[in-house]
Amino acid sequence: MIETPETRSGNADPHGRAQAVTISGTDAWFVQEILPLEALLRQFLRHNWHGNGDVEDMLQDIYVRVYQAAQQQVPAQPRQFVFAIARNLLIDRVRQERIIPIEAVADLENMDVATDEAAPDRIVIARDELRRLQAAFDCLPPRCREAVMMKQVDGLSRREIAQRMGVSEETVKRHLTNGMCALADLFLGSSSDAGKKP
Amino acid sequence: MSEAHRDLAVPNARDINANAAAWLERRVCEDWSAQDQSELDAWLSQSPAHRVAYLRLEAVWSRTYRLAPLRGPSRDGLRKRALPILSRVVAALMLVAVMGAGIWSLSGTKEQTYATGIGGHHSIVLADGTRVELDTDTVLRARIGGMKTVWLDRGEAFFQVVHDKAHPFVVIAGKRRVTDLGTKFLVRRSSEHLEVAVMEGRVRFDTADNAAHGALLVRGDIATTTANSISIVKATPEKLAGEIGWRQGVLVFSHMTLASAAAEFNRYNARKLIVADPAVARMTIDGTFRTGNIDAFTDVAKEVLGLRIDHRGEDTVISR
Repeated sequence: MIETPETRSGNADPHGRAQAVTISGTDAWFVQEILPLEALLRQFLRHNWHGNGDVEDMLQDIYVRVYQAAQQQVPAQPRQFVFAIARNLLIDRVRQERIIPIEAVADLENMDVATDEAAPDRIVIARDELRRLQAAFDCLPPRCREAVMMKQVDGLSRREIAQRMGVSEETVKRHLTNGMCALADLFLGSSSDAGKKP
Repeated sequence: MSEAHRDLAVPNARDINANAAAWLERRVCEDWSAQDQSELDAWLSQSPAHRVAYLRLEAVWSRTYRLAPLRGPSRDGLRKRALPILSRVVAALMLVAVMGAGIWSLSGTKEQTYATGIGGHHSIVLADGTRVELDTDTVLRARIGGMKTVWLDRGEAFFQVVHDKAHPFVVIAGKRRVTDLGTKFLVRRSSEHLEVAVMEGRVRFDTADNAAHGALLVRGDIATTTANSISIVKATPEKLAGEIGWRQGVLVFSHMTLASAAAEFNRYNARKLIVADPAVARMTIDGTFRTGNIDAFTDVAKEVLGLRIDHRGEDTVISR
């Protein structure tokens, strides 16, 4: 008997733990399966939406819908699921807009482009991750980068960072929160395959 | 369309992001109490938009300590500026450490040795109040004085450290060193690798002779090192709980290969499980078992995976 996904999920769980993991694991699922799609999602939104509204808000809206759906049932194919949600959101937006710019709907027919792309190999992602993390880090403003480095790599406290940088703790707080937001945007907004197409 | 109209249509993602960042910054920078956690939980459950924003920032932030290995002597401007300061601090600390060592051996702080046999489980409280639980087949030496150092010579131990910023608690396992920064953590040493799992707070993980090649581990991190590699993964709460299942006398397997599961049982029992067939060894198993209950495990192997169980003298062989 060779290990398959079926034997894995079906077998050897006399305590019904697999079920419990699925329910409490929405957060983990979201982080592992959905966040890595952000670069493609952004690209998708930029290509297919020319109406009013901010891509950041739309992205958040998609995440909320995906997360809520996953709390009911975790979709088997996250990638297709996310892009189906994105597509529905765009259609909703088109309906809501009072005046619809002609370009806003022009591409709706061809909206599936991004979903057809094969998922990059996971090992490649892992190897690529450190390089992209470094690239995101290098894009931070110098003082912000310095604060992030002292916090995450050197393990210094907010007060220690403030003393070394010669600034107030409030300023350190601002550097760190800005750094957190910028790193997420830069890291998740870039991807090894985002530049290639569509 | 006006800004106001847009704000009515959808919650503003930037504001929510800023709030999520403020929470995350507080969580990673401040002493985090149960009260703080419940306030954060309340904010997270107010809206799924809050939760996804927080998850997103945390997911990326928690990876940034992976930047640690990139830090080296030949780096760009930032690190050129930052490193000399750090080097001086490190040098000063090392001097204190050396002086400390001198005073300390003169004052004769005694080294205590603690050990458990196969299947053993023993709790101790060190002189500084730190609680240590020793798992099966473990040898640990402790020297608690001006400096607090513990050597894990073999096996696995769970540490609940009474944090004292001025006198950090250090666990040395071979060439690796784990320095407590206010925390609960697990260190497990086998002949091939060393594993460190952080249950609460954070620790610094580096080689005993070279602090520059270290990493900061935070709650949920499991670092595994061999002689020349280190990998850090973020564990789910379930996985983390499984890591210290032995404290309750249980082994928790989640997609564990039969080979690894058998090796786990063998750490606790004189009666050994043998899985010779590579195809069988690769099969996976899930479940929670008492460390001494080999029969429950072989029952699952037999009934659920359809394998053969044979008893050969003291040992139990699992095969197809």
